[in-house]
Amino acid sequence: MAYLDYQVAQIPTGWRKILYLNWPLVFLIFAVACYGFVMLYSVAGGDFETWAEPQIYRFIVGMILMIGLAFVPMWFWRGVSVFAYVLCLVLLAAVELIGDIGMGAQRWIDIGPIQFQPSELMKIALVLLLAAYYDWLDARKVSHPFWVLVPVLLILTPTGFVMMQPDLGTSLMLITGGAIVMFAAGVSLWYFAGVILLIAALVTAVMESRDTEWQLLKDYQYRRIDTFLDPSVDPLGDGYNITQAQIALGSGGWSGRGFMQGTQSRLNFLPEKHTDFIFTVLAEEFGFVGAISLLVLYSLIIGFCLFSAITNRDRFGSLLTIGVAGTFFVYFAINMGMVTGILPVVGSPLPLVSYGGTAMMILLMGFGMMQAAHVHRPR
Amino acid sequence: MTKSPRDAMKNSRRMVRRGLLLGGIQLGVVMTLGLRLHGMQIKHADEYRMLSDGNSIKIRLLPPARGLIHDRKGVLIAGNEQNYRVTLTREEAGGDVESVLRRLSKLIPMSEARMEELLKEFSKERAITPIVLADRLTWEEFSSIAVNAPALPGVTPESGLSRYYPRSYDLAHVLGYVSRVSDYDLSRIENPEPVLMLPEFQIGKLGVEAKMEDVLRGTAGQRRVEVNNSGREMRELSRKEGQQGGTLQLTIDAGLQNYAEQRLGTESAAAVVIDVQTGELLCLCSSPSFDPNKFVRGISSKDYTSLLEHNHRPLADKTVQGVYPPGSTFKLATLLAGLEAGVINGGSRFFCPGYLEVGGRRFHCWRRGGHGQMDAIQSLEHSCDVYYYELAQRVGIDRIAEMARKLGVGVRHELPLSAIAQGIAPDRAWKREKYDQEWQIGDSLNASIGQGFVLASPLQLAVMTARVATGKLIEPRLIRAIDGVPQLHEELPDLGVDPRNLKLVQAGMDAVMNSARGTARSARIVAEEWRMAGKTGTSQVRNITAAERARGVVSNEQLPWERRDHALFVCFAPYEAPRYAVSVVVEHGGGGSAVAAPIARDILLFTLAGGLPPLTAVPEAQRGEMEARHNAMKLYSPQPPKQGRSQA
Repeated sequence: MAYLDYQVAQIPTGWRKILYLNWPLVFLIFAVACYGFVMLYSVAGGDFETWAEPQIYRFIVGMILMIGLAFVPMWFWRGVSVFAYVLCLVLLAAVELIGDIGMGAQRWIDIGPIQFQPSELMKIALVLLLAAYYDWLDARKVSHPFWVLVPVLLILTPTGFVMMQPDLGTSLMLITGGAIVMFAAGVSLWYFAGVILLIAALVTAVMESRDTEWQLLKDYQYRRIDTFLDPSVDPLGDGYNITQAQIALGSGGWSGRGFMQGTQSRLNFLPEKHTDFIFTVLAEEFGFVGAISLLVLYSLIIGFCLFSAITNRDRFGSLLTIGVAGTFFVYFAINMGMVTGILPVVGSPLPLVSYGGTAMMILLMGFGMMQAAHVHRPR
Repeated sequence: MTKSPRDAMKNSRRMVRRGLLLGGIQLGVVMTLGLRLHGMQIKHADEYRMLSDGNSIKIRLLPPARGLIHDRKGVLIAGNEQNYRVTLTREEAGGDVESVLRRLSKLIPMSEARMEELLKEFSKERAITPIVLADRLTWEEFSSIAVNAPALPGVTPESGLSRYYPRSYDLAHVLGYVSRVSDYDLSRIENPEPVLMLPEFQIGKLGVEAKMEDVLRGTAGQRRVEVNNSGREMRELSRKEGQQGGTLQLTIDAGLQNYAEQRLGTESAAAVVIDVQTGELLCLCSSPSFDPNKFVRGISSKDYTSLLEHNHRPLADKTVQGVYPPGSTFKLATLLAGLEAGVINGGSRFFCPGYLEVGGRRFHCWRRGGHGQMDAIQSLEHSCDVYYYELAQRVGIDRIAEMARKLGVGVRHELPLSAIAQGIAPDRAWKREKYDQEWQIGDSLNASIGQGFVLASPLQLAVMTARVATGKLIEPRLIRAIDGVPQLHEELPDLGVDPRNLKLVQAGMDAVMNSARGTARSARIVAEEWRMAGKTGTSQVRNITAAERARGVVSNEQLPWERRDHALFVCFAPYEAPRYAVSVVVEHGGGGSAVAAPIARDILLFTLAGGLPPLTAVPEAQRGEMEARHNAMKLYSPQPPKQGRSQA
């Protein structure tokens, strides 16, 4: 066990661990969350209680959770990874049976007062498991077809469940999150090249299968694709959201219309403005400066994570960090790509900014584990 | 499983490589996003800003106040009045429209049926569309609703302007009316102004209101309002009031019009008064009339049907739309044509035995016993038909028609009125084209006495009389000033008729009134300064059948109304220095001298006197009757209507 190789004396213990947290990262996360509070206050029309206040409470809880998790030694995470993965898989299956209906897709599980989306949880569990897998696997075997097939199956099994819900956004995130860990673990680039070709072929197949009995996606997903390709086709129907979002975004200009002055969001032209489309509100009210500064903050978070991962000599910690950072990256890349019209609308929140409990908790948990890897890294 | 330090080193080096590679890829994605943001927010910001403004800022039109219309003396004849109404928006009513309506019905009268109608309308319209609950409320009702507003969610008291015609019936045909813009109206207008789309906006549908729409409409104002995506107004950003439409002054004298309206009474009739020096129309009266205010407010189908089905056709403007065989009044044209052609002169005589046989057919004079020897003046004085039969054969129809057109018959006079009829001054070419038949001599004889194919409107008869009275090419005019700028007329050209011939015709008209045996002597004016000249006309609306002829002449009174003769009369005065010409047509009224002439004389007298004429102007025997008639009339005071009712 690699953990036993560490020079235990140099690992911080007890409350001293808090000094060894990746503090710049904590502050960056806090800064990003503040963007969220400000924007939620704004989209509620200057009302603090509607969205901003619950969001702040959740964030506080999430931060405590994150720091708490950072204190947990690495071996524990590695140890629970298989269990966490299996548990999530069971929950995902359960969603199919007892899942509540939300926004046209079954995603929520309802246990008394707590409602959550197991698919969100799976994002972290998958990363955890893959990191543990590659830590366990002999590095010389990573590109061996069999040892490649195992993680692929580990990724595709939950993805299959999520697809059935159906939740295209989360499916994409599971696949890309998993792929990033595999990539970091050193799986031969040829596999990736192969997969990209395969995806290209699949996309062709999906598009070709449309309106046939073999149709691979739901009609609404096809419409989203159509809308993505040309939102102007149906500016008041399916293209409405994306058209209005782009108008809001583009009309921001350099410095935006000013705090609480965005006409698009103020006047309800924006759909889901407090969740998936909150970036457009930011872009409308604070312009290019506001939007690009958030992008820079996100990039810095990724940068700090990658730096932490590269400098971490523990393979598990390093892969976990890259996996968490990768998931986070996919989150905001998909959301921003979506609202700027580069990607189709798949329904994914802006991490740490959008209103919503599960995604924030999961992300902060992920960062907690990543912090644990940082704190407990071998020195 | 343990690893050698070398493996670990190798692994970690690979990890660093992959990590950096991953970072590079992610940086690439971030750059892409950044560039995209730059493209949208910096490069194309203006386009999106425009789209965004279009989304949220809507231009709402403020309907302009319609231009006022005055008569020649400055009396307001079409104005705007405050219209108080209440509207209800379903969205604001909290969904319970019915209980709001019930509460409202305690403040203003509202029937169950009306309530049901409204509820149906609410269920059809969008929740944010305001629906008019009640219109034309009194100030008391309006203020009681305003006071109770808190108990009536969604109810908005509004005030706007709506058209009002203070003289209601008197000027209905001249002014026409305004009413809501229909789809048909829109389909006829190229590039309709956006203001026309406003649900409450009204445009001129008839008469001056329709023809002078461009002047009267004004320019819409604008309100810039911020709306949310369901179209609800959030706030007003700016407001630019519209420009009221131009003020029109008509040549009409509202007082005279009022008198004429009452003088025509219940007859189906028309009267036209024209200033023979300028062509200004002082009176264009068509009877019976209707209340244009009803059309503005939305006429009930019952009222509308009764107007449509009335056999006196109240909706038709008989002064310009109605065409009638002018009967003997047309003899002015025939005589003048003969004199101008030189086929006769003042002394030429024809013998009237009571009929004339032409081509094996007998054409009768109205006087069975005949008039004996007739010269030009006498032919008018006695209205001898045979004289004109003889004349027509000599002068020919083409020259008669040419003279008729010269005098304004069979010519469309351009006035800002609806459906102006052209009338017919028939000639050979016309009949060939119309019926593909050759002109018959009988046609000429009929035309010479204003029967047969000849058709003229009361307006044309008035113009003809004015031209005969002055020898000038009088063109009728209805607009005196636009926005205070007088609509000047150029010097009227000469008619191009020998003044001696004209004098002869005028003398004949004088004889009709003032000679001892003139056909309209009883309707003469005895006041010498207003001495009047005229010509009667009685036109058949049916052919007298052989059977009827065999039974003897049937008197008018025995016939059903719609088969009786039209009574016509044209006149001008003063004889020596003509000022005004009048034409009167009484549909199925009977004889021109008995029915139309007294009316025309009275209207002419009123015009000359500038008010109720002195009784001494008419023959003594008629003064008592005239006084009684004056007393029975309820004339408008010559003062403008009371202030406050109407406003700019």
